[in-house]
Amino acid sequence: MTKSHTSLFQKELMQEAFKQSFVKLNPKIMFRNPVMFTVEIGTAVMFAVCLWILSGEASQGSFTYNFIVFLVLLLTLLFANFAEAIAEARGKAQADSLRKTREETPAKLANGQIISSSQLKKGDVFICEAGDIIATDGEIIEGLATIDESAITGESAPVIRESGGDKSSVTGGTKVLSDKIKVQVTTEPGESFLDKMIALVEGASRQKTPNEIALTILLAGFTLVFIIVTITLKPFADYANTPITIAAFISLFVCLIPTTIGGLLSAIGIAGMDRALRANVITKSGKAVETAGDIDVLLLDKTGTITIGNRKATHFYPSNGVDEKYFITCAALSSMSDETPEGKSIIELAGVNPSSYNIENPRFIKFTAETRCSGIDYENTRIRKGAADAIKRLAEKEGNTYSAETIERVTAISSNGGTPLVISVNEKIIGVIELQDIIKPGIQERFERLRKMGIKTVMVTGDNPLTAKFIAEKAGVDDFIAEAKPEDKMNYIKKEQSEGRLVAMMGDGTNDAPALAQADVGVAMNSGTQAAKEAGNMVDLDNDPTKLIEIVEIGKQLLMTRGTLTTFSIANDVAKYFAIIPALFIVAIPSLQGLNIMKLHSPESAILSAVIFNAIIIPFLIPLALKGVAYKPIGASALLRRNLLIYGLGGVLIPFVGIKAIDLIVSLFI
Amino acid sequence: MNTEISGILLMYALVIAFAIPLGRYIGKIFNYEHTWLDSIFDPLDKLFFKLSGIDPNEEMNWKQHLIALLTINLVWFIVAMLVLTNMSWLPLNPDGNPSMSGDLAFNTAVSFVTNTNLQHYSGESGLSYLGQLILMLWQFISAGTGIAICAVVFVAMKERTANTLGNFYSFFVRSCTRILLPIAFVVAILLAFNGMPMTFEGKDTMVTLQGDTVEVSRGPVAGFVAIKQLGTNGGGFYGPNSAHPLENPSYFTNIIENCSIFLIPIAMIFAMGYVLKRKKLAFTIYGVMTLGFLLLLVPSIVSEMNGNPAITDLAIAQPMGSMEGKEVRFGPAASANWAVYTTVTSNGSVNAMHDSMTPLTGMFAMLGMMINSFYGGVGVGFLNFYIFIILAVFISGLMVGRTPEFLGKKIEAKEMKIAMIIALLHPLLILTSTAISSYLYASNPTEYAGWLANPGYHGFSEMLYEFTSSSANNGSGFEGLGDNTPFWNIACGLVMLMARYLPIIGPVAIAGILASKKYIPESNGTLKTDTPTFGLMVFAVIALVAALAFFPALTLGPIAEYFSMI
Repeated sequence: MTKSHTSLFQKELMQEAFKQSFVKLNPKIMFRNPVMFTVEIGTAVMFAVCLWILSGEASQGSFTYNFIVFLVLLLTLLFANFAEAIAEARGKAQADSLRKTREETPAKLANGQIISSSQLKKGDVFICEAGDIIATDGEIIEGLATIDESAITGESAPVIRESGGDKSSVTGGTKVLSDKIKVQVTTEPGESFLDKMIALVEGASRQKTPNEIALTILLAGFTLVFIIVTITLKPFADYANTPITIAAFISLFVCLIPTTIGGLLSAIGIAGMDRALRANVITKSGKAVETAGDIDVLLLDKTGTITIGNRKATHFYPSNGVDEKYFITCAALSSMSDETPEGKSIIELAGVNPSSYNIENPRFIKFTAETRCSGIDYENTRIRKGAADAIKRLAEKEGNTYSAETIERVTAISSNGGTPLVISVNEKIIGVIELQDIIKPGIQERFERLRKMGIKTVMVTGDNPLTAKFIAEKAGVDDFIAEAKPEDKMNYIKKEQSEGRLVAMMGDGTNDAPALAQADVGVAMNSGTQAAKEAGNMVDLDNDPTKLIEIVEIGKQLLMTRGTLTTFSIANDVAKYFAIIPALFIVAIPSLQGLNIMKLHSPESAILSAVIFNAIIIPFLIPLALKGVAYKPIGASALLRRNLLIYGLGGVLIPFVGIKAIDLIVSLFI
Repeated sequence: MNTEISGILLMYALVIAFAIPLGRYIGKIFNYEHTWLDSIFDPLDKLFFKLSGIDPNEEMNWKQHLIALLTINLVWFIVAMLVLTNMSWLPLNPDGNPSMSGDLAFNTAVSFVTNTNLQHYSGESGLSYLGQLILMLWQFISAGTGIAICAVVFVAMKERTANTLGNFYSFFVRSCTRILLPIAFVVAILLAFNGMPMTFEGKDTMVTLQGDTVEVSRGPVAGFVAIKQLGTNGGGFYGPNSAHPLENPSYFTNIIENCSIFLIPIAMIFAMGYVLKRKKLAFTIYGVMTLGFLLLLVPSIVSEMNGNPAITDLAIAQPMGSMEGKEVRFGPAASANWAVYTTVTSNGSVNAMHDSMTPLTGMFAMLGMMINSFYGGVGVGFLNFYIFIILAVFISGLMVGRTPEFLGKKIEAKEMKIAMIIALLHPLLILTSTAISSYLYASNPTEYAGWLANPGYHGFSEMLYEFTSSSANNGSGFEGLGDNTPFWNIACGLVMLMARYLPIIGPVAIAGILASKKYIPESNGTLKTDTPTFGLMVFAVIALVAALAFFPALTLGPIAEYFSMI
């Protein structure tokens, strides 16, 4: 999938959305949205009024005026439908580009038979060799392969996937570059995460989220209030001998009910999931995105999230009396065959090419869990490199001293967040190498941002508490779990949850699955095991551990967009009242001219201006609904003040200006 | 400074000076902390519970609280109905006043049960002293009911996670004996020593300056008036209420009575701050209420002191301001002041005729009742405000990108549903009932001519005011309305019943549900509800939800009247 930004309104999308705007006029579909459904009823009534006038009724004003009101109401409906349709279309376009990756591909079954990928069932096993496209999502049960996942992640560097570990999962549509793997299909056709996501965006299985339900109740309540206001106005007007036309009643009603937010509500929800998809995160439900906005605690793995994947050598500390050059040479030699990133970084720091040393008959000693050191033997030299206690044992066994100087150095490095590696030559200690975790650039700022959002960050690491504490402080996380075992994560999550907090975490391994399931928001990496992906409620296609931060912001944006547009919509009522109420009564009660503070041209122009404003504000706000209101971590009260000022006060003032401007134009024609 | 204005400032200052310590005291009562009155009331309470066989320590959930409340109210409602319809032959009737008709008794009983005290009768000729006494008892019971149920909501707000919220009977008895009784006792003594009758003897006769012999109704007035003012009841002993010279003899008694209106409603807010240990929240709520109150008060006083433009047009000077329907001993400022005090709190007593106020004052009085939570009735005013807080929390929670929570509890669909129904109820009752009466009048003006003393905009205001007053459980009226007819008695009775109990049930249900939810500790992302910003949000919600819905109706009544006068 490409990360290039699709512009808000592409031509094809617009066409599709335009078509859908009319399809969605179907009352059965409309009924899902109580606010807009009442507008539809109003529109139908206005249509009947127009027919009534054509058949000779004279009490309702001119046909043209009534017809225009009808048209504007219809337009209001279409605009609202369009907002939803364009959000869906954008989501669908996004999903389609993902879906392209899962076009029909041949799959070679274990028995050599070749079938189409759509015929693969859960549990089937197929074989992929270099050059093959993987037919569907599955788990490697045998073998190891390098895989190009750029079709999904956009990342061109190939990745290694192998059976058995935490990186055993493969995704349909990705390409095997080398080697041969046996893959077991893990999902039924049409039920992969991607399929679920596409269905969510398309609205087929989109369920309203808890906050959306509560908001719908609020909006339905407002609609009911204004139904009461409008209906009771009829006998009031009769009492005051003030005839009011049906068009005026319906216009008053439509203007007062919160059509702006009512029309944009589902678009905002879809756009939220769409934004998640754009961030290459597949969500299993809209609720998960919403919950992400409420997260209080964020569990982050140290490696890959807070620090750059691996430790790096940063210093050589030769012991007293050891020549530094000699020490460096030994260090480089000991790492000659060490393929680990740590080993490579030692050679990098040494700045030499060890193969230039021309050593004869080298014998490389591999790292084992028992010896906990590695090294090289040549001629009669034995160089060893390893954890402090391992080398200490080695040296002391041969009767050599483990000097106070070395002890001091090792402790100093540990308490500095580093990892000491001790080097010995023929069991004599010659010095220490310092390895340091490299904290990702910019991560401190991100944690600061999270703190301002009110989110507590917790670093999870296998390091000892001393090192963990140092890195935690340096990176600016609030808490850490050191020497973490999988159940530690689980317990931590449970503890926080029992205190009422919502916890998010990211994980990949099968070990992580229970914790992912326990967490309120569990993001599994796409490269992770099937179990992890099943347990979480989101899957990150990029395997990027910092993605959680983005997800939280997307969740907050989603809620904020709803809240601010609701406020805006309701605040608009003030101006609309001042436009329509005088217009209703001014003919019968001329003294009410004093209420016409906008000095609108005539009752008819006032009503038209109000309904026109009410209609066109919807398309004006579609971009905001789709992009979302920007989240600023400035504290809840400051944020409320800011949004109240922009959308509350703005919501009161803008329609005064807008309605007056429209009235100036409308009055040219009537 | 103008002495009229200083009088008003003095009254408000007195209210605050007494309300703050009283709030603390009420808080202690609900926290079951020791107070110096314990030695008197502990034995009294024990006696009540021993006689009734109620266990005051039995913990109740919110539903049980509501059942207890409704039971108490129903029992006493039946007693009141029996007394009112039979008082002609019952004792304590020295003036030989008749029993009430069924519909009037229903209206009266309902109106006292619901703390409304809408009086479609005149006390001096329509009630025996037994009738007055049973109504006086009701002024205690309905006020005590409000305070007790408010205490339940306080407890619910305080608890982290709890299903039971204390015992209703215990809260109720404590509210009556430890809060209402001692304060009413002090106020009654002050009033009795300043010219108010307090006797069970019948009418007295006196010779006026003109030489006429007139009969003067007497009775246990001082005791009645004290609780009438304190419990936001407002049901007067005499027909003209506190405009009557024996119910409010002087400017001094006016100060006492006027201050008594606000005393407990404001003290309840501070009591909440004490019970919850959230003083800042209490001050935020107090601030919002005060802002709303002042926005209604200031223009009303200005409008009354400026006089009536229609009279100015007749080239008649009005040096004192608009004096129509007002008592000379109070003047326009103190009358407007009382009018706003009594309408924002659902008290409903009057010291001037609201029907004769200038259109804008009439409108602000109605707005006070339409909003019904700027201080509001004892206990229930806070419950109404609680609904607005829930709505404001919901909207502003979304605005800061977090699932809304109030005092550590998440506001979800169920609570929103209840809050919205209760917020809807008030406009629904007022507008629909006024619509029905407007429809009846408009379709047959001659048959219903007796209803309205002034047709036109003011007649509409009279009907709107009557139902607003019923729905707000206020009880004051635009008395130009001929309201002692079966239609008004029954319609207002029904409105009062619904408008009393549903807005109690709703907030208690919300608070009860929230109390049983899991407590979420505050973080930086939590929206604080004790800040001026949030206060502003609540105010905006009140203005948009409660006030805007009435804009069209007010336009056809007081606003049209105002614009046609200038």
